[in-house]
Amino acid sequence: MLSTRDLVLCALFAALLGGLGMAPPIPLGFLPVPITAQTLGVMLAGTILGARRGGIAALLFVLLVAAGLPLLAGGRGGIGALMGPTGGFVLAWPVAAFITGWLAERFATTANPIRLFAVSVLGGILVVYAGGIPWLWLVAGLPIDKAVFGSLAFVPGDLIKAGIAAVAASGVRRAGILPIHA
Amino acid sequence: MLGLYLHRESVIHRLPAGVKLGGLLLVTMVVLALPGAWGALAAGFIGAAALVTARLPAGRVLAELRTPVVMLTLLFGFQSLLAGGGWEETAVAIARFAALILLATLVTLTTRVMDMVDLFEWLFGLLRPVGVNPAKMALMLALTIRFIPLLGDQVREVRMAQRARGVERNIAALFVPLLVKILTMADDLTAALEARGYDPADSGTKETGTKNSTQR
Repeated sequence: MLSTRDLVLCALFAALLGGLGMAPPIPLGFLPVPITAQTLGVMLAGTILGARRGGIAALLFVLLVAAGLPLLAGGRGGIGALMGPTGGFVLAWPVAAFITGWLAERFATTANPIRLFAVSVLGGILVVYAGGIPWLWLVAGLPIDKAVFGSLAFVPGDLIKAGIAAVAASGVRRAGILPIHA
Repeated sequence: MLGLYLHRESVIHRLPAGVKLGGLLLVTMVVLALPGAWGALAAGFIGAAALVTARLPAGRVLAELRTPVVMLTLLFGFQSLLAGGGWEETAVAIARFAALILLATLVTLTTRVMDMVDLFEWLFGLLRPVGVNPAKMALMLALTIRFIPLLGDQVREVRMAQRARGVERNIAALFVPLLVKILTMADDLTAALEARGYDPADSGTKETGTKNSTQR
């Protein structure tokens, strides 16, 4: 069951996802494309809150986008944005956060950044693509090989995000606040 | 917190959120089932009628449609170039999609965020048998809406502090203080909720609700 604190944590991380979409994109210097940090928030929700709370946080965010808040990067929102060709990537977030958290609870409970990185890649990248690519294929009618090929362009950026999520989560673990089982 | 909702005096605005969402679901299924251009035509017609009835500015609605249509045109244009397929098929696929996104956008523009949240709470009520607590989900949604501007401020604040120290390119220097802030805020906000008499065990579940712990 969710305690009062769990409710607050879920809502805070859902709001963090929204805040990350509103914040101006972060320039990385060595990359021409600045990164928008929302999938990073999905990874952090999983690694820091764990499976259940992380999954709920991402679900709250997706529900509020569906309810009509312009929370996606670029101020997009509403059911139309979720139904669009790339909607599958966003709809996969709750599952991605849940799986990231599930993996983190088992394999990355310490401040070890390499384990946190692996967990973020599996949950935060693989699962998101596993939702987004079939959506491009089934809903937008794009052939599966084209959908995979087109999505590969975003993998380097997502790997960087997983790296940032790992370093950040590791820093939070070292700070000793809220270990994943608390 | 402003949503995408655009207020007008119209029948469509007054329809319950559940009716609009159910209607959207129904029309989407029908359109996807209809062969060829008929689905796109039907949905486009319904969309245009709804647009006029709801007295929404067409320019504003079409602006919402621009991003997905551009994206679809690129996707399908690329695809038909490579596959050498006919442009008619491509045009039908884009039109069908655009018409459905138009309808979805109309639902969003004519329905208040809180009406949607109430609808979600009702839908979560249907999931009560599998252990979902609709009151808690609704509370979390309301809290999230309240926290979003708060978090936006926190993100900006930490970024400015890092810029002042010349470490704005150090990403860990951005996220670690932000996350630590959020996690310490959680304690204060929990105390604030409980000080106002919120009891998680109150909402019809057999929770003991001890502070600062999760019962797994």
